[in-house]
Amino acid sequence: MSGGAVAATALEQEDIRGPHQDSGASEAKAVGTSRWTPYLLLSPGMLWLAVFFVVPTVALLVTSLYTGSLDQGYTFTFPGNWSTYSDALSTYYPQYFRSFVYAALATVFCLLLAYPLAYFIAFRAGRWKSTMLVLVIAPFFTSFLIRTLAWQTILADDGWIVQTMNTLHITNVLTWLHLTEPGRVINTPLAVVTGLTYNFLPFMVLPLYASLDRMDSRLIEAAQDLYSSAWTSLRKVTWPLSLPGVVAGTLLTFIPAVGDYINSELLGSPKTTMIGNVIQDKFFSEVDYPTMAALSVVLMVAVLIIVSIYVRRAGTEELV
Amino acid sequence: MSPSQSGADLRIIDVTKRFGDFVAVDDLTLTIPAGSFFALLGPSGCGKTTTLRMVAGLEEPTAGTILIGEQDVTWAKPYKRPVNTVFQSYALFPHLDIYENVAFGLRRRGVKDIKKPVEDMLALTELSGLARRKPQQLSGGQQQRVALARALINQPSVLLLDEPLGALDLKLRRQMQLELKRIQTEVGLTFVHVTHDQEEAMTMADTIAVMNAGRVEQLGGPTDLYENPRTTFVANFLGQSNFFDGTIVERSGGYATVSVQNQRVGVPESRVHSTGDNVHVGVRPEKLRIQFLDDASLSDGENRLEGTITYSSFIGVSTQYLVDTAWGQELTVFAQNTTRDERLVPGARVVLTWAPDHTFALDADQDIAAGVEIDEDAATPDTVGVAS
Amino acid sequence: MATTTHAAPRTGTTRSSTKRPGGPIRWVRERIIAIIGLLVVLYMFAPIFVVVLFSFNQPAGKYNYQFTQFSTNAWTNLCEVGGMCESLRLSLFIGVVATLVSVVLGTLVAFAIGRHRFRGRSGTNLLIFMPMATPEVVMGASLLAFFVGISTARGVGTILIAHIMFCLSFVVVTVKARISSLDSRLEQAAMDLYADERTTFWKITFPLVLPGIIGASLLAFSLSFDDFIVTNFNSGSTTTFPLFVWGAAQRGVPPQVNVVGSLMFFAALAIVLVSQVVQRRRAKA
Repeated sequence: MSGGAVAATALEQEDIRGPHQDSGASEAKAVGTSRWTPYLLLSPGMLWLAVFFVVPTVALLVTSLYTGSLDQGYTFTFPGNWSTYSDALSTYYPQYFRSFVYAALATVFCLLLAYPLAYFIAFRAGRWKSTMLVLVIAPFFTSFLIRTLAWQTILADDGWIVQTMNTLHITNVLTWLHLTEPGRVINTPLAVVTGLTYNFLPFMVLPLYASLDRMDSRLIEAAQDLYSSAWTSLRKVTWPLSLPGVVAGTLLTFIPAVGDYINSELLGSPKTTMIGNVIQDKFFSEVDYPTMAALSVVLMVAVLIIVSIYVRRAGTEELV
Repeated sequence: MSPSQSGADLRIIDVTKRFGDFVAVDDLTLTIPAGSFFALLGPSGCGKTTTLRMVAGLEEPTAGTILIGEQDVTWAKPYKRPVNTVFQSYALFPHLDIYENVAFGLRRRGVKDIKKPVEDMLALTELSGLARRKPQQLSGGQQQRVALARALINQPSVLLLDEPLGALDLKLRRQMQLELKRIQTEVGLTFVHVTHDQEEAMTMADTIAVMNAGRVEQLGGPTDLYENPRTTFVANFLGQSNFFDGTIVERSGGYATVSVQNQRVGVPESRVHSTGDNVHVGVRPEKLRIQFLDDASLSDGENRLEGTITYSSFIGVSTQYLVDTAWGQELTVFAQNTTRDERLVPGARVVLTWAPDHTFALDADQDIAAGVEIDEDAATPDTVGVAS
Repeated sequence: MATTTHAAPRTGTTRSSTKRPGGPIRWVRERIIAIIGLLVVLYMFAPIFVVVLFSFNQPAGKYNYQFTQFSTNAWTNLCEVGGMCESLRLSLFIGVVATLVSVVLGTLVAFAIGRHRFRGRSGTNLLIFMPMATPEVVMGASLLAFFVGISTARGVGTILIAHIMFCLSFVVVTVKARISSLDSRLEQAAMDLYADERTTFWKITFPLVLPGIIGASLLAFSLSFDDFIVTNFNSGSTTTFPLFVWGAAQRGVPPQVNVVGSLMFFAALAIVLVSQVVQRRRAKA
């Protein structure tokens, strides 16, 4: 969604570490500070997050439990109106399902595309590593919306890509798989998934690259020395060691993709609405705050479950 | 470069440092005379670096006092002490060039004209052409000299060096050892050098304090420490020693006679450091003369042991022999390769002789293996060699 | 495992040069990773190419899908389109303010986490991580619920609040990474050389962390400038540039939008490439 990540990566290249460890203790504590310093430093920022993230989350929960309507006014009576949840879920479970499916597909495609690319940059790029990273992230400097609109142009009915696909009968196969419509790619599930894959690709590439780059290439050499072929080395050595990057990339790709509605709106049709579209509609078209809130809470809970599984395995230090 | 204020001794008095339950420095007392090149020598974890950091002000002692001259610096901040450190990792500021790195201390102290002192110091450390480079662009040896220049230029009362040569390769290290010694002599400052390399300490220092587990085992000049060790730790840590057990049976004429198995071995009284009569008798491998048994000429007054060669290894400067004694103990012999006797091969019966003055005797309570270090650089009997 | 440096004469066939068997298939197999990588890069640049290309288009009607006629009209008459330049100005303003505030707050937090031990570390890490992990839809909706609940009108103020909030976490992560890689012995060395705590911070710590702060600023700005979903929920009637584009998407996107997109791309690309060159020069000389 944003391209500024590479600036941070590119500027990280300077290594300011010393050559090796002293035998003396090197503590994390900065010399000459008081006990209260960390709390003072933390307060402004954390306060901001507390007020403008935590409290709104609570507000969301409360809103989802309102009774009433826009005309009559909303009230909150303890323990809250849970019927909104049952209504919302029963009506919109197809969209939830679709969101998860599209996001999962996009994540898988991202992984398939990003892995060779990250592998290439980490192991074969040599001194062009940081330049290549820049090139990979560069397209994402442009506005998210503008990029997605460009896909509208690329996948337009009379664009040459779609024409070619029609001629080669690829579209027939895809239509049979329910991914496209006859002779058309725009406004189909495939277009939405393509957009999602495209927009979240850097979020998969960067963690994968970081993980692969950290790997010692001599491990692969050792594997080859022990009679493993290139494919086996990949399967038995490289892949398992790159798993932390795969997990991080998957999280960073799947979670935003699930809640996205821009791709669906611009590249899809009313038949491809995702849960994000519904939430947005509830606000803009119908101004139905409780339902909007309920749907959001459910989405949030789903994400929290995924994150907590990750945190339980990896701890919180890896997050930040 | 004029010598700094002389007469400022460094005194460490009853200093202890505890990290939780671990005692890194245990009630240490040392006086380091002004203008000397002093070494703190010991294995990893003996507390030498911690001591250094307490002198620099980068650690606070749990107990004790540190005095520089008359100034009590025990609790003073590092920037308030007339002390500078050459760090093991150099800690050169990567965002400043060499000129600014070296000038850093001067600028902080508000010195106005820094151009000449910096240029002189760069010349002294042979870095003149590199003033505008950044540390990352220099080799290891050059970086080490920048770290030294940066500290020296402030003419501290005490200059601390924390294993500064550790990251250099062998040849460069030897070169820098002589360089540092030369600079110290020329400049006249007090150097306190922390190292685990006994060769380095003996080459450079006037006085060495051998440290072990937070305490000083022995303090003295290199020769004294080497020839007359007081503990097995010192005897094993500096160079190598052969030890065999014995009992003192007689003391007269400045010598003690020790009964070893069925032999008599003479030890000068000045080199007997034992409370009781049961001792470890020690003699260094290079002091032993090895001769083919049938040839051996007997000179009176020499200590003598017989044995069989089990192993020999040609090292260039010397040949190393392992000799099995009658009672099964293995002794190491370093023989200078001035004459080569073809008969000295594994299996040959030989006689080892040495002057009594080269013997020392230590308390039998001590651990005979204390201080034996596995040093990658030193020649060991495990190296496959050419039988001579 | 040594490779022979000189070849023993081959028995059998005489050949002028040694050729490895396999032909073109082998050539492809060996370079398969590079080829896939290249294809992916092309895939990534395709939309950009389209954006730039169509900025030079003179569309026949409202919609800019067919390349009809080459024209630099969009580039020379950028603000011709109603409301676009105003929205650009607003986005820039919000971007700058949000960056300033979030970088200051975030750097303080990063120093606290990276340098100090304190209780509640786990919780702090989690709270910083959550905004990055939360779908924008949920964040937008919850902020909206919050503002509605306290009866605040939505406008520039609420947009700013939202942007600062979600930029904060990214700033913390970026700066903290830089702080973590900072060798604490450099600060010890500075104090050994007569610099007190404050001087050490400004002369040594800050200059070395600065690249991280700059990176974080660029990141925050681009996050803010480009944000659509959260802004959409909390903007009331004000229009930032992404909101303008969204509206235009319904009506027909003018090529001027492509011009802005191209400019954004080239500007950001230039910044990063320049920094690469600067770094290379620093390392080489």
